[in-house]
Amino acid sequence: MTQEYRVLLEHADKINPESAADYIQVGGYKGLEKAHSMNPRDLTDEVKKSGLRGRGGAGFNAGMKWSFVPQYPETKYVVCNFDEGEPGTYKDRIICQKNAQALLEGMAICGHAIGSNNGYIYCRGEYPFVVEMLKNAIGNAKESGALGEFNIEVRMGAGAYVCGEETALIESIEGHRGEPRFKPPFPGVEGLWRMPTVVNNVETFACLPYIMTNGADWFAGIGAKSYPGTKVLTLTGDIENPTYFEVPTDYLLRDVIYELGGGVKGGKKLKAVQVGGTSGAFIPPQNLDTPIDFDSMGAIGAALGSGAVFVMDESRDIVDIINRIAKFFEHESCGQCTPCREGTFRCKEIMERINTGRGSLKDIENLKVLARIMQKASLCGLGQAAPIPITSTLEHFEYEYLRKLV
Amino acid sequence: MTNSINELESDAKCVFLIGTNTTENHPVIGYKIRQNVVKNGAKLVVADPRKTELAEMADVYLPFKPGTDVALLNGMMNVIISEGLADREFIESRTEGYEAMAKVVANYPPEAAAEICGVDAADIIKAAHLYAESEASSLCYAMGITQHTTGTDNVKSCCNLALLTGNLGKPGTGVNPLRGQNNVQGACDMGALPVVFTAYQAVTNDEAREKFEKAWGVKLSGVNGLTLTKTINKAHEGEVKGLIVVGENPMVSDPDLHHVEEAFDKLDFLLVQDIFLTETARKADVVLPGVSFAEKDGTFSNTERRVQRVRKAISNIGDARQDWEILCELSTRLGYPMSYNSAEEIFEEIRTLTPSYAGMTYARLEGKGLPWPCPTEDHPGTPILHKEKFNRGLGLFHAIEYLEPAEVPDEEYPIILTTGRSLYHYHTGTMTRKAKGLDAYMSENVVQINTELAKVKNIVSGEVVRVTTRRGSIELKAEVIDGIRENVIFTYFHFAEAAANVLTNADVLDPVAGIPEYKVSAARLEKI
Amino acid sequence: MDIKLTIDGKEIEVPQGTMLLEACRKAGADIPTFCYDPDLKLAGSCRMCVVQPKGWRNLVASCVTPAQNGMVIETESPDVVEARKVVLELMLARHKLTCHTCEKDGECNLQDYCYRYGVTESRFAGKVHNLFKDDSNPFIERDYDKCVMCTRCVRACEEITGARAINVMDRGHHAHIATAYDGNLEDSPCVFCGQCIMVCPVGALTSKIAAGQGKPAQNDKVLTTCTYCGTGCTLELNVKNDKIVGVTSNRDAEWSPVNRGALCVKGRFGWDFVNSPERLTTPLIKENGEFRPASWDEALDLAAEKIKGIKEKYGPDSLSMFSSARVTNEENYLAQKLMRAAIGSNNVDHCARL
Repeated sequence: MTQEYRVLLEHADKINPESAADYIQVGGYKGLEKAHSMNPRDLTDEVKKSGLRGRGGAGFNAGMKWSFVPQYPETKYVVCNFDEGEPGTYKDRIICQKNAQALLEGMAICGHAIGSNNGYIYCRGEYPFVVEMLKNAIGNAKESGALGEFNIEVRMGAGAYVCGEETALIESIEGHRGEPRFKPPFPGVEGLWRMPTVVNNVETFACLPYIMTNGADWFAGIGAKSYPGTKVLTLTGDIENPTYFEVPTDYLLRDVIYELGGGVKGGKKLKAVQVGGTSGAFIPPQNLDTPIDFDSMGAIGAALGSGAVFVMDESRDIVDIINRIAKFFEHESCGQCTPCREGTFRCKEIMERINTGRGSLKDIENLKVLARIMQKASLCGLGQAAPIPITSTLEHFEYEYLRKLV
Repeated sequence: MTNSINELESDAKCVFLIGTNTTENHPVIGYKIRQNVVKNGAKLVVADPRKTELAEMADVYLPFKPGTDVALLNGMMNVIISEGLADREFIESRTEGYEAMAKVVANYPPEAAAEICGVDAADIIKAAHLYAESEASSLCYAMGITQHTTGTDNVKSCCNLALLTGNLGKPGTGVNPLRGQNNVQGACDMGALPVVFTAYQAVTNDEAREKFEKAWGVKLSGVNGLTLTKTINKAHEGEVKGLIVVGENPMVSDPDLHHVEEAFDKLDFLLVQDIFLTETARKADVVLPGVSFAEKDGTFSNTERRVQRVRKAISNIGDARQDWEILCELSTRLGYPMSYNSAEEIFEEIRTLTPSYAGMTYARLEGKGLPWPCPTEDHPGTPILHKEKFNRGLGLFHAIEYLEPAEVPDEEYPIILTTGRSLYHYHTGTMTRKAKGLDAYMSENVVQINTELAKVKNIVSGEVVRVTTRRGSIELKAEVIDGIRENVIFTYFHFAEAAANVLTNADVLDPVAGIPEYKVSAARLEKI
Repeated sequence: MDIKLTIDGKEIEVPQGTMLLEACRKAGADIPTFCYDPDLKLAGSCRMCVVQPKGWRNLVASCVTPAQNGMVIETESPDVVEARKVVLELMLARHKLTCHTCEKDGECNLQDYCYRYGVTESRFAGKVHNLFKDDSNPFIERDYDKCVMCTRCVRACEEITGARAINVMDRGHHAHIATAYDGNLEDSPCVFCGQCIMVCPVGALTSKIAAGQGKPAQNDKVLTTCTYCGTGCTLELNVKNDKIVGVTSNRDAEWSPVNRGALCVKGRFGWDFVNSPERLTTPLIKENGEFRPASWDEALDLAAEKIKGIKEKYGPDSLSMFSSARVTNEENYLAQKLMRAAIGSNNVDHCARL
């Protein structure tokens, strides 16, 4: 199988994403209609049954997440995580620009399941043009009556990577510093303004209308069993076709690069692939025959994450790339917990030393200690994942470090 | 306070502050009120001519004219009665005198009260609703209520409001005077008042007097004594010839300081016991060095009636002596021998004569102290007064009409001067002016002037201006602010060199309490 | 409903909702903390209190992790110890190590924990900040080169005092405590209550009034009641060589019932009048308009003689006494007793009305 399988992007560029009418013409808002005909518990069960797992990176079962939301409080929130801060990732933007109404419909479906009419889309600060489009899409959907009672507000981030973390995102919507909260309590119980809140990624929400229209079994039958459906991937780096694709989740990483991607640019040899964004592991060529789904990636010590695929050819200096990544995390740490606040900074210092030929074996040793503690003891996913590029390259590309030592 | 301080942090669902700048003068109580508002969403009503910190966050802020407290409170009660918000059951079962009060209050519809007070009628109505409708409302006041010629009326009106709404005897309610000095409650409890022995046992009461005569082994006078302000006047008139001052500084704290100084000059003998050579001590014939709180054992009673231990931390400074030892020495030399081995021994004597302290011992006071009344050694103390019944049985409503302050603005003195304290200083500054940090932070007096008034007078912040009243005149720096009524100016009384009490009025006192009207003087403000 | 869990091999029961920190302490484990403060909202950010739940991938911060039924917790596993050491080394790497001159020497969490885990130096030493804030205010010294970013000061400022004068500014390693626009405290809503000093676990925030006179850890502390307003706050007078050298807080509600350690600027920083050179140290007698020192006997005899003379000549009511709202109950009692029993007049009052 080397073809795309388009579900979310089936009508890309064929319909006006701002227009509810266009969307309805291609079968849109049928899912919400069906959802409304169901009682919330059955609806949640249906989503559970579809096996839909979070597309933002954590891969948590969406229906399960919803089922944690208690029934009693009147005020609850549906929040869409459209922070999309992972470098090399732009799939949420593509979904919005091609099929915004599916996102809105998905949020409304979730709203029905948890009993909420309050939706927020937290949009990446660098996407002001998408915000305009989204607002138009929401206005149009509200006007057409397609969303029913469900309301959606768009809030903009201010460029902080950590605000992609759901609780930092919530803090940011509330007008506070973008700092993650400790969990539990999880947002499902205590989220936005301390009320129960479901936070899902754009792509997760956008899957929902199709699950509702075509049935949970249909969705569960696509791609990998444990992580069914399709995934929108974005290819960057040394690749012939640096663009986006929607593929079933059992698609092989090798096919992403060599079939859809057209191979390494200029016919060069592949050195490494980083999947899932900046905190993703560096995958060596020998692991390419792995399906991209969440669990298969996990099995090789990598992560599907946001679905960014960053290709590096044989000429690339791994240590230099890691040095840049270390700088990125040093810059993006919110500064709340000690391992991440101080750890990202010291990682950067050590990487700089190594990269400029001033490092020592002791530095590598210390890097490993630091990475281990950051992973084990940081407050949120940022600090826990920040050292993954370092540890994965020390595992697969140690020689690149050693040759830079004094 | 009828209730305890910590109730303001959670139990009170509405806090009504009138005449108290709590965050400046009782900072820790201020923190608690603020946290209650922020964390628990307690309602906050603030009535004050100055926009205090807590006024900034109040649900209703009433910037009323100084001295119009009775009108404001009557206005609120009018709303409560006319809108059926009164606690009928409480009034029936726990009070008397309602009809007479209601009749007077009927003359103060919110519009009329608003006119007198210079506030919006709608705000009076809203304040009345918040206070009456909250599950538990606490009324707190300080000298802003009492330091008026109508001080007693003001306090009674506060009590009326609480009685009318049943806000007494329950957690989070009460009529809560926030007392300004560390042991002002204790000094009153101990009978340092001209009309009562300890625990407010009247000197005119034969039974009480006999009890003390028996305990002290002497015949006692049954004639009420002179209040502090009357003493000054009597000294002025030559009737009081000798004065003993223990740790006070009337030469800064009392009204109309020129008058005070003249009175002191007329004394045959002035004895002052203090830790510093205060303005008052300088007038003395003999000065005896006492010790500070850090050097003594004993007890203080705070504003919530909690008796707490004071513990000696260091030796007496120099040749100074414990104040109680000095009093014993003096008494002995006056032919009435007094001798104790420790503060605790004195406390043991106090217990035997003071029913509300009878159950307290130093051992029991260790730790949390005890709020009086605490009549027996197994009594846990009384954080909330009037739970089942009032001291007199039924709570008595008073019918109170609004009376104007003694001085109202006129052509010559067109502005109202009001006085008070700063967070950074305390009373006459005897201690705080000698604390390096505090004195460095705020080293001189200022007069607060509304921005609009300053514009008219062409005064800017920092320039020295003159404030004059019928008593005298002081020069001090201007501080131009928005948060004060346009025709009101405010100054602090901590600073001897620009003493606010040169300006204040000693001629007219509250007829019952004898308190001077520090909060209202007609004044003139001049650019120099 | 109680839940059962095992901590360091010991089975214990705690009520539902108990955090692991409390459960561990109940089980006798000594859990180190920086950001945890029982009077403040939880932060869960210093990660010093991490423990190891069996079967969990990561360590958890015990202060913010609820105990669960059947949990098996190790509080000093090799992973836990390594994490704590690394946390300490990371703090140490930016810490201005001037313990010998630090006010908090001897009661500093960083010092204590480094001692406990044998952390003598940091493997991660590198660039240090120069964040020291020379603040012109006379009360609070802010030296953020000693800050561990626990944010207890920020929370105390907001949750106890409500001043909201300070917060975290900037991100990541550049994050630091600041007033709005990173100015001086004097220009912020700070009311100099010093609650920030009370909660600071290290030497970043200290009293300028007490500086250099005695390290609080080495001072004797005498619990007493504040001499200023009528609130009746409890405070600890710090004593060294029979001299008051500072004021600290006792936060135990059993000993500090009214304020639970919270103070205001006067209580915390207004104590040094006690040591003022202007204190009266000897009785004074005025002669020809000038004071001269006198012995106690001379001064008391003179006073008694004058008072007796007035009483004999004009009667007891020609004498009056102002007692004081400043002195103790015992002294007020004796004052009025003196006036009533020894002199025979009820002319006794104090400044209650002023």
